[in-house]
Amino acid sequence: MKPAPFTYHDPRSVTEAVTLLAEKENARLLAGGQSLMPMMNFRYAMPDHLIDLNHVSELSYIRAENGALKIGAMTRQRDIEFSEVIRENCPLLQAALAHVGHRQTRNRGTLGGSLCHQDPSAELVNVAALFNATMHVVSQRGARDLPYADFAVGYMTTALEADEMLASITLKTSNKTNTYAFAEFARRHGDFAIVACSALLTMNARGEIAEASLALSGLSHAPVRPAAIEQALRGHKPDPETFKAAAAEAEKLEANADAYVTAAYRKHLARVLTYRALEQAAARAVENAHV
Amino acid sequence: MSDTRKLSITVNGTTHNATVETRMTLVDFLRHELLLTGTHVGCEHGVCGACTVLVKGVSVRACLMLAVQCHGATVHTVESLAQGEPQGKLNVLQQAFQDHHGLQCGFCTPGMLMTLTEFLRDHPDPSEAEVREALSGNLCRCTGYQGIVDAALAAARKMREEVDESK
Repeated sequence: MKPAPFTYHDPRSVTEAVTLLAEKENARLLAGGQSLMPMMNFRYAMPDHLIDLNHVSELSYIRAENGALKIGAMTRQRDIEFSEVIRENCPLLQAALAHVGHRQTRNRGTLGGSLCHQDPSAELVNVAALFNATMHVVSQRGARDLPYADFAVGYMTTALEADEMLASITLKTSNKTNTYAFAEFARRHGDFAIVACSALLTMNARGEIAEASLALSGLSHAPVRPAAIEQALRGHKPDPETFKAAAAEAEKLEANADAYVTAAYRKHLARVLTYRALEQAAARAVENAHV
Repeated sequence: MSDTRKLSITVNGTTHNATVETRMTLVDFLRHELLLTGTHVGCEHGVCGACTVLVKGVSVRACLMLAVQCHGATVHTVESLAQGEPQGKLNVLQQAFQDHHGLQCGFCTPGMLMTLTEFLRDHPDPSEAEVREALSGNLCRCTGYQGIVDAALAAARKMREEVDESK
């Protein structure tokens, strides 16, 4: 239960970090360490070079600009949890973070670390999928942006090349009429969800759903945005009948089984949590209207 | 050849200079190099919370940090809580644990105490539910948590009284 030997690097800038990443064989980037450190302790991960990003201060920031929220990859989950800027521009992110690990892990854990670890049940991964976040990637060769949908390529696998790192992400949060909810089921508070569902609704003047986004995670290798369900919600009143129809469709999504949870149970949770997320989002819209 | 670094670290008010293997975790450094064995090692993968210490005032899992990452940092362990020499007088939180049967075997206690030290500093008047959530990252297999929650609430009350008295 001790990490295998490695050479430690602690770059002070992104330029220095990507240079190391390009030059060193079998190198891993260390963000908050809340996933990589256990993997190294178990020796699931045995990098020859560990590039610690904790001194790269330019990777840690939260900015609201032009109807979008840009967050540096090394921004700690704790800082997002308590940020006024996030509370105003993307409260859903804080609702999701309430389910992420524990105080001690959020104190160290980072946004980018969670997204690059890409656990399919991770709450932050779910939110990135819901917004189809723009992932800003850098390497010594230059910079590129890709939508989250192209970033998650497989089970715990991202589209990052060996010499690339995630520098920041952008969430489009401009629509002020949005209402949201995050619902999940986990066996213990702080555990990765078995299934989670996040919802973002925009209501029109008639009180109908104008736009709907849903992200379901935990069903398969990456979160799913069920386009057909989102489409079908448009133009409907946010009532139990509408939610029930959407939830029934969510149960038909593909789900995997593992040693602990059957596919049927995951599908059941998809139905229940889709209903709950929509119900909570609609209730929040009503609440906000009365404020 | 093992990779080593020079490390300067202030633990419980004392600055230590050492050369450490870069792969050494903070908890192993505290226990094996500084012989501060109050911090316990449980699961070594960030689940049990027994190794919780404060780094720059915030609670972290000492098994998920490398000692080398604490270069220049201030660290507080459970040994910092009792006041005075030689054995020290239990502080309000520790005394509350004793009074409310907040421990049996005591293995998880150092982590519980450090988590609560940060939590009660930031939330001097917590509800029972808030205490339970704050403790969700610390596992105890003896007490069933009731005594620990009682101790945390009693300590919070006592600390608030002390603040009022000093006014």
